[in-house]
Amino acid sequence: MLEIKLCCYLMSVVMSVSQPNLEDIELQLLLEGIYQYYGFDFRNYAVSSLKRRIRKILHAEELATISELQARILHDPDCLKRFLLGITVNVTSMFRDPSFFLAFRQKVIPLLRTYPYIRIWHAGCSEGQEVYSMAILLQEEGLYNRCRIYATDANEIVLQKAKSGIYPLGLMQQYTQLYLQAGGKQSFSEYYTAAYDSAIFRTTLRENIVFSQHNLATDRSFNEFNIILCRNVLIYFDSVLQQRVHQLFHESLCTFGILALGRQESLRLSPFANRYEDLDKREKIYRRLD
Amino acid sequence: MESRLVVVGASLGGMAALKVLLQELAPAFTFPIAIVQHRHKDSANQIIEFLQRSTSLIVKEVEDKDQIASGYVYLAPADYHLLIEADHFALSTDDPVFYARPSIDVLFESAADVYRERTIGIILTGANQDGAAGAAAVKACGGVVMVQDPATAQSPVMPEAAIARTSVDEILSLPEIAARLNRLC
Repeated sequence: MLEIKLCCYLMSVVMSVSQPNLEDIELQLLLEGIYQYYGFDFRNYAVSSLKRRIRKILHAEELATISELQARILHDPDCLKRFLLGITVNVTSMFRDPSFFLAFRQKVIPLLRTYPYIRIWHAGCSEGQEVYSMAILLQEEGLYNRCRIYATDANEIVLQKAKSGIYPLGLMQQYTQLYLQAGGKQSFSEYYTAAYDSAIFRTTLRENIVFSQHNLATDRSFNEFNIILCRNVLIYFDSVLQQRVHQLFHESLCTFGILALGRQESLRLSPFANRYEDLDKREKIYRRLD
Repeated sequence: MESRLVVVGASLGGMAALKVLLQELAPAFTFPIAIVQHRHKDSANQIIEFLQRSTSLIVKEVEDKDQIASGYVYLAPADYHLLIEADHFALSTDDPVFYARPSIDVLFESAADVYRERTIGIILTGANQDGAAGAAAVKACGGVVMVQDPATAQSPVMPEAAIARTSVDEILSLPEIAARLNRLC
């Protein structure tokens, strides 16, 4: 009896000294399991956002612990699909941060006018809102015919949605305002047709966009680009994975190629930071030097 | 990671309240402070300059992966959630919580996850429920929660919601909160 008491006491001492956070351990096991069994690598995602999103999934799946979620994901591919959607969909809007699109018009477009052909990589395009925004901008500047936009995302379901170019009609009022703030030159409603509760964007906007699956955590460079756009995607990665992606971007940009990041992101963690110059410091638009 | 972390949530009337709070803090205050002040997504950087005038600590709008350092007052950027990692900040553009991005709940919950009992949460004036769940999360991890006395708040709804949701440690006026923080530091 005394032994049991002593044992319990020692256990509690060990637990309180090392303070293992059970949820952190469960999280690591879940990510490792998904990687080993399905090949999706979330091991270098930023933990804080990951935890938040996983708690939301737990709630939706009506599960109490990450361990239970692990069992369900490993034994039920449908649950994996729901998990991937919950983890990878990045919320955005058309012309998010209109001042970025305005700066792009003013500082990048004049450079592009000298190019015979422009290859653009939109990395982590999610449901495509910002890709269509860029297509509209390029069309208005008379450059779209010379462009090819490669819009990639790790998630197939999200890409399908992006390809469809259909968004809730209720968002159009907000998008119209952002479009105008971004320096839009037409009437925004010319770019879509309303059908029931949906806004279907014109197929001409899609003509030079190639949607394809690409995972920034595991896939390699697939072309050389004049422009890479990756806004508010890297915030979901830890610094190790961010460095990997910055290497990938540097390899994939041609000389004087342009890299655009999100408003609160920077090249600080890039091993290649000194190989770029600021094209617009505030809007995080950089140009590769060598 | 011995230091504590102070997380502050403010909404309607928050700018004036933050000004008083920062003015009353000791110049040598060493705990890092992270603030979510609800604001319009287009709001410019004047808010940084405004807060900087009240304190000798360095006021900074957070960029992704910024280190959490002592001597700084960090402000969540407009239209991003602010989250806490082991020794640095993270940002997200996930859906707003109670129509708010940045959300006080998001900051408080992730701070509690990492700093646990070393988290000090402070809920100031505001006209909504944001921060109540976050305050409860801080308490659940053994942290300290102080709430601005609703009688002294420009808008009492947010402090009242936090008080109703969890057993907060102290309900104080702004100068009293600052004095309490100075003593803890």
